[in-house]
Amino acid sequence: MTIANNTVNPSAEVERTDLVTVTIDDLEVKVPKNTLAIRAAEQAGIQIPRFCDHPLLEPVGACRQCLVEVPDAGNGRGMPKPQASCTLAVADGMVIRTQVTSPVADKAQHGNMEFLLINHPLDCPVCDKGGECPLQNQAMSNGYGETRFHEIKRTFPKPINISAEVLLDRERCVLCARCTRFSEQIAGDPFIALIERGALQQVGIYEKEPFESYFSGNAIQICPVGALTSAAYRFRSRPFDLVSVPTVAEHDSSGAAIRADYRRGKVMRRLSGDDPEVNEEWISDRDRFAFNYATTGDRLTHPLIREDGELRPASWPEALNFAAEKLTAARGSAAVLTGGRLTLEDAYAYSKFARVALGSNDIDFRSRPHSPEEADFLAAAVAGTGLGTTFGDLERAGSILLAGFEPEEEAPTVFLRLRKGVRKNGTKVFTVASLASRGVEKLSGVVVPAAPGTEAAVLADLRSAGETGAAAKESLGADSIIIVGERLASVPGAYSAALRLALDTGAQLAWIPRRAGDRGALEAGCLPGLLPGGRLVTDPQARVDLQAAWGVDSLPGTVGKDTGEILAAAGSLQALVVAGVEIDDLPDPAAALAALEAAPFVVSFEVRNSQVTEHADVIFPVVPPAEKDGTFMNWEGRERSFPVVLQVPAAMPDVRALAALTQEMGLSLGFSTAAAAKKEYDELGRWDGDRAQEPTYQAGPALGAFDSTRLSTWRMLIDDSRSNDGEPHLVATARKPVAKISLTTSRRVGVTDGDELVVSTDAGSIRLPVVVTAMPDNVVWLPTNSADSHVRRSLHADHGSIVTIAGGNA
Amino acid sequence: MAENGSWNHTTATDKPVPYSTGDSKITETTIAEMRQLAARYPVGRSALLPMLHLVQSVEGRVTPEGIEACAGVLGLTGAEVSAVATFYTMYKRRPVGDYHVGVCTNTLCAIMGGDLIFERLKQHLDVGNDETTEDGKITLEHLECNAACDYAPVMMVNWEFFDDMTPESATQLVDDLRDGTEVKSPRGATICTWKEAERVLAGFPDGRADEGPTGGKATLAGLRLARERNWTAPGRDSSAADARKED
Amino acid sequence: MLTPVLSDNWDQIRSWQLASYQRSGGYEALRTALRMQPADVITAVKDSGLRGRGGAGFPTGMKWSFIPPKDAANPKPHYLVVNADESEPGTCKDIPLMLASPHTLVEGVIISSFAIRASVAFIYVRGEVLHVIRRLQQAVEEAKAAGFIGKNILGTGYDLDVVVHAGAGAYICGEETALLDSLEGRRGQPRLRPPFPAVAGLYGCPTVINNVESIASVPAIIKNGPDWFGSMGTEKSKGMTLYSLSGHVTRPGQYEAPLGITLRQLLDLAGGVREGHELKFWTPGGSSTPMLTADHLDIPLDYEGVGSVGSMLGTKALQIFDETTCVVRAVLRWTEFYKHESCGKCTPCREGTWWLVQILERLEAGKGSEEDLETLLDLSENIMGRSFCALGDGATAPITSSIQYFKDDYLAHFENGGCPFDPMASTVFATAGASA
Repeated sequence: MTIANNTVNPSAEVERTDLVTVTIDDLEVKVPKNTLAIRAAEQAGIQIPRFCDHPLLEPVGACRQCLVEVPDAGNGRGMPKPQASCTLAVADGMVIRTQVTSPVADKAQHGNMEFLLINHPLDCPVCDKGGECPLQNQAMSNGYGETRFHEIKRTFPKPINISAEVLLDRERCVLCARCTRFSEQIAGDPFIALIERGALQQVGIYEKEPFESYFSGNAIQICPVGALTSAAYRFRSRPFDLVSVPTVAEHDSSGAAIRADYRRGKVMRRLSGDDPEVNEEWISDRDRFAFNYATTGDRLTHPLIREDGELRPASWPEALNFAAEKLTAARGSAAVLTGGRLTLEDAYAYSKFARVALGSNDIDFRSRPHSPEEADFLAAAVAGTGLGTTFGDLERAGSILLAGFEPEEEAPTVFLRLRKGVRKNGTKVFTVASLASRGVEKLSGVVVPAAPGTEAAVLADLRSAGETGAAAKESLGADSIIIVGERLASVPGAYSAALRLALDTGAQLAWIPRRAGDRGALEAGCLPGLLPGGRLVTDPQARVDLQAAWGVDSLPGTVGKDTGEILAAAGSLQALVVAGVEIDDLPDPAAALAALEAAPFVVSFEVRNSQVTEHADVIFPVVPPAEKDGTFMNWEGRERSFPVVLQVPAAMPDVRALAALTQEMGLSLGFSTAAAAKKEYDELGRWDGDRAQEPTYQAGPALGAFDSTRLSTWRMLIDDSRSNDGEPHLVATARKPVAKISLTTSRRVGVTDGDELVVSTDAGSIRLPVVVTAMPDNVVWLPTNSADSHVRRSLHADHGSIVTIAGGNA
Repeated sequence: MAENGSWNHTTATDKPVPYSTGDSKITETTIAEMRQLAARYPVGRSALLPMLHLVQSVEGRVTPEGIEACAGVLGLTGAEVSAVATFYTMYKRRPVGDYHVGVCTNTLCAIMGGDLIFERLKQHLDVGNDETTEDGKITLEHLECNAACDYAPVMMVNWEFFDDMTPESATQLVDDLRDGTEVKSPRGATICTWKEAERVLAGFPDGRADEGPTGGKATLAGLRLARERNWTAPGRDSSAADARKED
Repeated sequence: MLTPVLSDNWDQIRSWQLASYQRSGGYEALRTALRMQPADVITAVKDSGLRGRGGAGFPTGMKWSFIPPKDAANPKPHYLVVNADESEPGTCKDIPLMLASPHTLVEGVIISSFAIRASVAFIYVRGEVLHVIRRLQQAVEEAKAAGFIGKNILGTGYDLDVVVHAGAGAYICGEETALLDSLEGRRGQPRLRPPFPAVAGLYGCPTVINNVESIASVPAIIKNGPDWFGSMGTEKSKGMTLYSLSGHVTRPGQYEAPLGITLRQLLDLAGGVREGHELKFWTPGGSSTPMLTADHLDIPLDYEGVGSVGSMLGTKALQIFDETTCVVRAVLRWTEFYKHESCGKCTPCREGTWWLVQILERLEAGKGSEEDLETLLDLSENIMGRSFCALGDGATAPITSSIQYFKDDYLAHFENGGCPFDPMASTVFATAGASA
């Protein structure tokens, strides 16, 4: 790890015309006016030691390590005292002398380093940071070899847990306040703070409120000493034993740049990469810590074939042959379900496989609530549109309207960029939602209240949606962005209304799904009405174009079945190919399981045992992202390619397995590696012919008072998702599941804050403590897939479903 | 729309505040007074220091319930309130006695006898620094400079001045406090309890401002000399200031 | 010799009450000021030559003039904040002033707020002075009832609210930006400058922060005119001020005199060093101003005079120590104070004071050497001018000045294997026959 970004942030928008000339250690450099001296020195190739300074945090000038001498402030006069270069804005003509040429600066830095070390335990040999520690490194480069301190060091009990995942060693801390400033400024989670005073000052939490931030790992990463460590990585390895590979996170649709560090074939930790265009230097704790899911003991290691009702191991050739025979016979009556873990290349392979090998448009990547309107919307407004709204656009937007989208829970990297816009540029955030989530509060977001199911009506007539709706409408213009999430698929008319609103106001429209593979799957044509590159199944020209590219005589020309239709028809289909689908993600898991049972033949491509593999007739073990290369296309439409991190002999990525299967069927997929698949996909290009019509579905009524209770629900970032398996410390930091209702509703049911609430459907019930909050009456909110709150599995319910609620004693 | 719903999230002070009903004495009245304090400032958070004084006036220290009440009223995290509560020396985490007795041991008072007074009181009360007597009456603490150096050595009882102290007058003072004898500050009011004092500091006056003199001997030393010698500032009539002398 | 202005009404019956204050001519200056243009009030204060009485001596009128004009482009409210956090060791002038005549401050607050077009003023008073706070609270209420504070003050259309705000125990809050953070309900740690408070102070709005005595001097300036004020004092240090004598002096207390008076003159007025003893060292303006000796009795006690001998006028807190005082003990105690009061934000002050105390403890116990004195001086150099704010600088002042003037006291500890002084001998009750 390096101490900080060593270059001026290239994403910073600087007025190149407003350059000033400064002289640093006799070198002249031209930098934008008001550049901090420490950054200007970096441009001149001069490294000034520092601890508190971080290019993405507000300057604080606390550690005093970066002192320089300023013989001329640009006005001919020198500054009498050494200056902290991390807070000193340069002026034209300024002369700066760092430790390189100034004995005063050099002594100031050595003296400061001596102060920093007097109370430091100097336990580098047992410290996780040893070997990559800015304190250690800079003590060597800018400190005395020996100390004059022979008195008594300050000691603290160590280490203490400040969350289940983060530990604090106060003796090592140099009180640079990077962690507390990050938590307050960037994450908006001031659960850690400097407490006490003077020499007793320390980082602390309030005992009842641990440091449960979705972004806590960033504080560990930017800690310039070994004061903050993670339960996951603590004492696991030495930095010099690790091999680092830059890669991409797979837990949301942002495609955050990360770095995976492995040793002896095992990933030991993941760190944020530095990508100013995407995630800057921050990632969510899920992207950082959730990487053990593939190594928890339920990994599929060899193909399996079901024989007399029992699965038995099989060789690849045998399994391929077995599957190929059945699928060939099923041609024209087979369907493909893919899930969110797939790369663009994988998705492209499945898309092509469905059309070429199975002769079917029955393919859908949406292993979650979905609708035909959503498919139409994606075809019309998203597929094949290339790089659209970007992270940078979010930061610079004047106003943002969210609909069916909870940024902190569903795309935390997006949340951070929105928060940056709010803090730095005064971006105004509105959200059409049933309540103000914590994430929305941290964006100073204004809720345009919408009971579940009424979002479409609200979007269709925003001006009439109360004071906040009118304010939101008023704010929308050419510098605005409307962000729609996948949850709107549960609300008829919502995507149509959002599109209309964007057209009417001139705002950009961005679709931000939850899963890493979703945008890529869309582009690859994993939809019943879409072919790769935004080509419409129903467009003969597009089909001809694709037939030529793929070298096939014909492609099925009718729109296929979507996920729901495939599951409904499973019994009448001859075969089902399933890849990366978790049954509990589907709207009605029981019905989905029944469909799998009814399906005559199920082929599963999976990494780990799952409910699908339990019902599969043949199972092909494929590898997780760390063991393959590929590309996630993020929500922006930006390709995020990553290399193999862990080289595993004979690793079978989906692409390769599918290519082998196609070959076994006597056909050819045309590629068998991700690279070749990507090349073919790129050559195909985006369709520049006719696009789908924008959908114009009618919005449902703006529900007034209704007797029944509606369910509002979304997934939490850290929940019971199987991709969090194997990292109990992370899961322990999950937000405590609660049910939320309004005060009026609570009175109707006879419960108050903290009481138990029972939410039921015919399928079952969920019991959770209740929180009374500001939200529409007769609505109950539940986390979709958290501990004790598995909405799909327990209730077979979805956002907008009718449920019944009662007090826990009822 | 929900009854308690404020969709406008600008005023955190409107949010309901849960508070423990354990042994905390913070009530809805306290919360209402906290809101009253917050309303005195353009930005509510400015009231945090007064609110923590108020917590002490109710609880006898800064309790977790007090921290949570402040956090709730101001929309802060517990850590943000703790950060403030632990920064200032007047906020106490352990229960304070009825009388907080401070002895200045900053250099000047220490040299002038403060050190010896503090030592004497520790023995006399059988407590250490920042400790409370077993009867819960007196908490002893050594203080930094309390801006009364012209009366050194100085003691404070519930933040009222006691001037020109000696070990004897100091032990007499704490004995009187423990006995319940009425004690008056030479430059202040009749001594109330520490909790009552904290309430005044929080910003709720107790009507005792008119007790006590304008100042002590040292305060008036220069002025008396000027009067004696008929020295005035330029253009000032020395006779104008004669009419109704204090004392 | 003495020029009571601020202290002139302190001997009046119930001088803290509005009626008494008005009998002494109080609030006449307010009526005068409210008939003036705000800019003219600033000019008058500028012309008077009033310099900040909190220690730094920055010209008060100039500070006010940095406040940007209030117009459509600068719609932010302005604030006046009175620094009544008097905590510098030895300093004891503002507290007696506010106790005896809180209305002098309140009247100054209203006039000053009017001058800078502030809509709210805050008096940030340290929390450890209960009765002072009572009297301030009452004075503000009285002024409100009399129509001096509130809406449409004296029919001029000017609105002002005044809030008395009690601190909670932190010396650092006397540093103006730390005070602002504290007043915003945060830890009292100093802020980065720029932006300066005049541009972005309280709540990010233009803010003037002045010491109690500075603001309390304003009514007299408005009432009597800048020239009158300038007729007192020296060329660059104009006006009268409160000198506070404490320690080994016969009549300690407040002596209001023109700037430029000498300690020899003041000691003379105060009856000299206590009987039978002689001056050993003194501080001109609190512990953060390097100590001086009998050699400096005749320097003018103004900003320039004290500066010329390597110290600072500071708060004019003249702490007098006679020959019974152990310099090492005095310096250790001050250093402990700075360690206790260091806010913890920056490294040199936080860690440096921690280290200095330990060395000095060892030296006082007689377990030191001359090499330790070299270390003390070098550490002081590494703190001085390297810390975030002036607290760190102040912490080094007693050390460097004491080694400069009283190295022998240190050496005596090493030779003696401990402190050669009798702590009893320096007490006020030493001669009264009391014992500890």
